[in-house]
Amino acid sequence: MAKKTKIRAKEKNGVVTVKSLMSHPMETGLRKNAKTGKKIPAHYIQEVTAKAGDKTVMEAYWGGAISKNPYLSFQYKGSKGDNLTISWIDNQGKSDTVTAKVK
Amino acid sequence: MKRRTLLKTSLAASLLASTGMLIPGRVMAAYPKTAFQNADATAALTEVFGSSDYAESGDIKIKAPEIAENGAVVPIQVTSSMSDIESISIILSNNPTPFAASFNLHGSIGFVSTRFKMAGTSDVLAIVKAGGKLHATKQEVKVTIGGCGG
Amino acid sequence: MRKLVYAIVIGLVTSLTGPVATASTPSEDLAAFQQFYVDRFPDTQKEDFIDGIYSIDPVSKETFDSIEEFAPYEIDIEKGEEMYNKPFANGSGYADCFAEPGVRHLYPHFDSKSGSIVTLEGAINACRKAAGEKPLKYKKGSMTAITAYMAYESRGNVFDIKIPDDSRALDHYNRGKRHFYQKRGQLNLACADCHMNYSGNNVRADRLSPALGHLTHFPVYRAKWGGLGTPHRRFGGCNEQVRAKSFPAQGDEYKALEYFLTYMSNGLVANGPATRK
Repeated sequence: MAKKTKIRAKEKNGVVTVKSLMSHPMETGLRKNAKTGKKIPAHYIQEVTAKAGDKTVMEAYWGGAISKNPYLSFQYKGSKGDNLTISWIDNQGKSDTVTAKVK
Repeated sequence: MKRRTLLKTSLAASLLASTGMLIPGRVMAAYPKTAFQNADATAALTEVFGSSDYAESGDIKIKAPEIAENGAVVPIQVTSSMSDIESISIILSNNPTPFAASFNLHGSIGFVSTRFKMAGTSDVLAIVKAGGKLHATKQEVKVTIGGCGG
Repeated sequence: MRKLVYAIVIGLVTSLTGPVATASTPSEDLAAFQQFYVDRFPDTQKEDFIDGIYSIDPVSKETFDSIEEFAPYEIDIEKGEEMYNKPFANGSGYADCFAEPGVRHLYPHFDSKSGSIVTLEGAINACRKAAGEKPLKYKKGSMTAITAYMAYESRGNVFDIKIPDDSRALDHYNRGKRHFYQKRGQLNLACADCHMNYSGNNVRADRLSPALGHLTHFPVYRAKWGGLGTPHRRFGGCNEQVRAKSFPAQGDEYKALEYFLTYMSNGLVANGPATRK
């Protein structure tokens, strides 16, 4: 079963703080395989989109400099019960989408 | 910190830069692919924002370790209480491709936090686009060499 | 006669470092071991040694706290829980081998029937073998997902490893103790040199962690590995870092070392998985 993005989202005083953890190798494309000497192909998340309901609240653009198994936290003005969706797409076209309710 | 003024050769860009105004309104519409591949931080900024001219701001706070235990995972947080924040970008000056991340903040709350790979000791430059202009602050993070083979 | 002389000479040359006398009992060793660290780091509470270097280094502790707040191994814990609960092909499962997932603090232990040391990783593969499943690799991968889940469920449980009055158990214990105190490798360093006598000192920009609490927090997510690893994965790396040949994971040498070292942390609680640099 594929590893899924984990989301924690809490609202306080009209501000929702979102913390998320994504499972991804985030290879820069610069590393070499220690055994074969060949470069490990670049494989990293390029875009992360966060939506509250239908409204986009944040877009992140990333290069390979984000750490493996990326962590992302941001805030937006919102409410308890918001349907928060976090989607990402990587340079190889793979993607993931997870939804959670704001607590 | 010096005001940095590296201009692209186009006349339009130099006019905009000299009036301190950037093209207003639009947040970054699309993934700035070439900026992420650029070895030159200033050139990358110009690609993304049309200019690399920014004003030092005391209203941007970088929370990052003074000494990064391991350059593979460096937690960096940027906050700002400026109004009309469109985006926050992070540049790691000693990385092979310094333009590291950019966040479009539609909800307008100036807060982002993530974990970065840093190739070596360098300044972390946090750039906030607010009110159509670029504002920035920087902070050094030391990346150390461990004694046990890292 | 000459062989005996050689043996004695070699015995003296490879003599043990560290403050522990060779003729002491395990419980005497344990008391002396823990007292050493309590004395060396007076500002650290004994129960905090489970956090390793972060219990004695406030600068790196900030980064540690920041990462632990939403730790990269959380996804592995979920994966491990799925694996733990999924039945084997023959319908049995891990629940048939382990009373509950939260048993990390019971390993490693001496098994009088086989006369050998049983580690958690060994027990997991024994469970799989009995059900006709293929074994998992011992250093990383799926094995660490399962042990991550089990360790997480074990948090807060106190380690109370037993060394029974059985010469075989004592042999394993003494073998592990010998490994810890014996100099090895091109760098000619014993575990005790860095992690006991020089613990807290700097090796370039690294502060050397105390050995007390070393085994409480496995599997460990190392930033260097970008993933989880078992105790034997780490032992192998440590041996190689002093340019000594490493031993096979789950072989008798590392099982003995794990037995000795975990016993030395008796009284501390399980706090795995955990991040380290």
